[in-house]
Amino acid sequence: MSTRIFGSGIKRREDPRLITGEARYTDDIKLPGVLHMAVVRSPYAHANILGIDSAAAEAMDGVVAVFTGEDVDLAGIPTAWLIPDSDLKTPEHPALAKGKVRYVGDGVAIVLADDRYRAQDAADAVNVEYEELPAVIDPEEAAGEGAPLIHDDVEGNIAFKWAPFDKAASDAAFEAADVVVSERILQQRLLPTAMEPRAAMAQYNPATQELTLWCTSQNPHIHRFIISAVTGLNENKVRVIAPEVGGGFGSKIPCYPDEALVSWAAIKLGAPVKWTETRSENYLITIHGRDHVQHVEMAASNDGAIQGVRATVYAGMGGYLSTAAPGIPTILHGLLYVGPYTIDSVYCESIGVMTNGTPTDAYRGAGRPEATFLLERMIDKVADAIGMDPVEVRRKNLIPAFEDGYEVAAGLNYDSGDYSTAFEKALGMAGYDDFRAQQAAARAQGRYLGIGVTAYTEMCGLGPSQVAGAVGFQGGLWESATVRVTPTGKVQALIGASPHGQGSETTLAQIIADEIGFPVEDIEVVHGDTTETPMGWGTYGSRTTPVTGAALAHAARKLKEKARVLAAHLMEASVDDIEYADGSFSVKGSPDQAQSIQEVALMAHLAWNMPEGMDPGFEESQFYDPPNFVFPFGTHIAIVEVDAETGVIDLQRYIAVDDCGPQINPEIVAGQIHGGVVQGVAQALCEGVIYDDDGQLLTGTMQDYCMPKADMFPNFELGETVTPSPHHPVGVKGVGETGTIASTPTVYNAVLDALAPLGVKQIDMPLTSAKVWSAIQAGSANGGGN
Amino acid sequence: MQVSITVNGVVHECDVDPRTLLVHFLREELDLTGTKIGCDTSQCGACTVHLDGKVLKSCTLLAAQADGAAVTTIEGLSENGEHHPMQTSFWENHGLQCGYCTPGMIMASAAFARDNPGASEAEIRHYLEGNICRCTGYHNIVKAVKQVADAAAAT
Repeated sequence: MSTRIFGSGIKRREDPRLITGEARYTDDIKLPGVLHMAVVRSPYAHANILGIDSAAAEAMDGVVAVFTGEDVDLAGIPTAWLIPDSDLKTPEHPALAKGKVRYVGDGVAIVLADDRYRAQDAADAVNVEYEELPAVIDPEEAAGEGAPLIHDDVEGNIAFKWAPFDKAASDAAFEAADVVVSERILQQRLLPTAMEPRAAMAQYNPATQELTLWCTSQNPHIHRFIISAVTGLNENKVRVIAPEVGGGFGSKIPCYPDEALVSWAAIKLGAPVKWTETRSENYLITIHGRDHVQHVEMAASNDGAIQGVRATVYAGMGGYLSTAAPGIPTILHGLLYVGPYTIDSVYCESIGVMTNGTPTDAYRGAGRPEATFLLERMIDKVADAIGMDPVEVRRKNLIPAFEDGYEVAAGLNYDSGDYSTAFEKALGMAGYDDFRAQQAAARAQGRYLGIGVTAYTEMCGLGPSQVAGAVGFQGGLWESATVRVTPTGKVQALIGASPHGQGSETTLAQIIADEIGFPVEDIEVVHGDTTETPMGWGTYGSRTTPVTGAALAHAARKLKEKARVLAAHLMEASVDDIEYADGSFSVKGSPDQAQSIQEVALMAHLAWNMPEGMDPGFEESQFYDPPNFVFPFGTHIAIVEVDAETGVIDLQRYIAVDDCGPQINPEIVAGQIHGGVVQGVAQALCEGVIYDDDGQLLTGTMQDYCMPKADMFPNFELGETVTPSPHHPVGVKGVGETGTIASTPTVYNAVLDALAPLGVKQIDMPLTSAKVWSAIQAGSANGGGN
Repeated sequence: MQVSITVNGVVHECDVDPRTLLVHFLREELDLTGTKIGCDTSQCGACTVHLDGKVLKSCTLLAAQADGAAVTTIEGLSENGEHHPMQTSFWENHGLQCGYCTPGMIMASAAFARDNPGASEAEIRHYLEGNICRCTGYHNIVKAVKQVADAAAAT
């Protein structure tokens, strides 16, 4: 028996093209005669457009055309998550602004020229006359009295109000509680910052009326039907190709005006058109994440039993509602208020507010980090209020282990969980009990160490399509896959999902290899082209391994069954006597009689000698709609030291114990956790969008927006537990977002734990040294310090 | 204007717009698209190449300023069809995910390990400040660079 490929940390199959510079991302693809598109963008957050003069631009060398919102006859860019029972308003989002701009970066005109530099020069020469209007950025302020109205048809700037839980029951739980803690939590805006900026290139063939769009997409099949809808082309005449894609983190889910505009211009001008955003443009126009102002309360008994959590959330939507935006602070947020704890009462009122900021949408974790943060922050406050160790409060409230289903108050049915085992394992790795003594000794020397502990579970592997429909998602959430074997026994696995860095070409090949015995190096996973691949809803929500992986496992099992019957026929044996091991079918009792999977595949293709009723060929497809979400979980712990003289935070240790079920490739799982943790820690410590009062983005480049760097982090200490999902064919759960979900509160709570003796109770994220230092000064002035 | 730049051992005599950045020259004129652009303020390091053996962010230089120089890009790092040890180490240590920062990261790291055999983890982390990765959390990149730096010290 060879070493099992499932569970083996093999090197990634996608890497050879990436480490040599041979991979082709959208901007790397060249077409002869291509025109470059530059977009004239609003310098104001809120203004009426009084006039556009493009004469000077049109006269410049190399300029082919200039178009404004009045010229472009595209349908509006749609919102595709229509939350029910929320009085949702969906204001029109034209591809180019008509009459009014609503955030800095809103497109006003496009310039097409023969060269990238000349297109930008000409865009700068388009003269737009504006009448500036008052702007509002803070979502709570935008929902308040007297705020400037951003869309005439969105009264009070309120796009939706979602509050699905029983308020009376929640109020009763809070009235009965011994202690109630509260906090105003700011989930600051973040810039997703996939390292590859967005890009799009379109080519139209008037003879066949076919449009090909190459673009940076996490979901080319979704892009295809949105582009079809906004251009009016039949969907079968639109081919969307997501070539190599350099990260997404949610920011490449939406369909943006830019993809529609290159498509429109390519049709209009009869030439290929390309647009590639600069990083400054990316920070202005590609979606931002988070942007919640939350008023949160938690109720508990004096012995540490958590009795309820409730929050009012003002969620900033920005100037327009992006593709999935309404679903993020609602379905993906409020349903997570129980976490891994026995909390019987939850209440969430989420108010989606239009502002003059960049539109927000899904950013790694998407609603779930904002939920996990508030729970974990509140638990530490409960512990402080009742004088109990925060670890003890968590331990007391963890849901006991379960293997197949657990209904929680927020309405979800968790698939499986063993929270205590992961929790105790992480505490053991961190040496929690010893740490408290070290902390006390350090404090005596004037050094401030802190520890933060987060237990989490999250909902991913999105998700059953019936649930998607019930919550207003304008699509299905199944995936499909085809396992196609060539006559020579090589495999193409065609998938509708569209990975962009996750290593799925490797892990999905490992699933197939494990199921049916082809060597992993003989399996190519094909994705990203709507013409080559079957329909799928895309790669986001930690769903490709759980959903596409399940589709592939089932397709491979169908092939294996066909192979078993054909092998029996070829060896003139009964099907019941066929044994399978490592890609070989043999007859029970006569091991020398065997057919390899490759031999069977060849015979299926030749079809010279098939069993009665069996079709030729060796290929199977599977549509897979998951019966439930998957719920990975774990415990993360951070140890920090804060320099009280400077406010500088040193992240000394980071321990992560995660359970995503059986790991297909432990190296890839670890990589997902490392990356997720850094993104979450960076929210706690350094990242944050800053707008001025006029809605100008002050953190508009990497010079001003603090991206996490290598020297901010220690080596991470990872551990795992393995609790299979009961409903998944190979038991796996998603792991793409867990790191981001768990790490922000972990580090935040560690810093606040360190600062406790200095009288510091709260600091808005990110915890920059300036803010920490100021908080220490204020805390000392208020009688803290020892 | 006329420039003569040796790229990956091949001399290129070209007429370029004087304002052309070296990175655009490499990507657009020579179709060497392995060198990436990830920002416009010289923070991210995706465009890192070697200029006369030194590490350089190719967005910080005009093609005109590289006249007469020898440039090595990621496409020229392999020798005789063999991966450079830093390429191998990134692959072996899972030091990349989406791959977009990878060419610049490998170019910067290859020169660093060559010049700093036996470099400590802290030195590596400090050095990598000029190259930003959004996927890996740096953990495995540091491991990959350390492996090559340690090997350089051992020889």
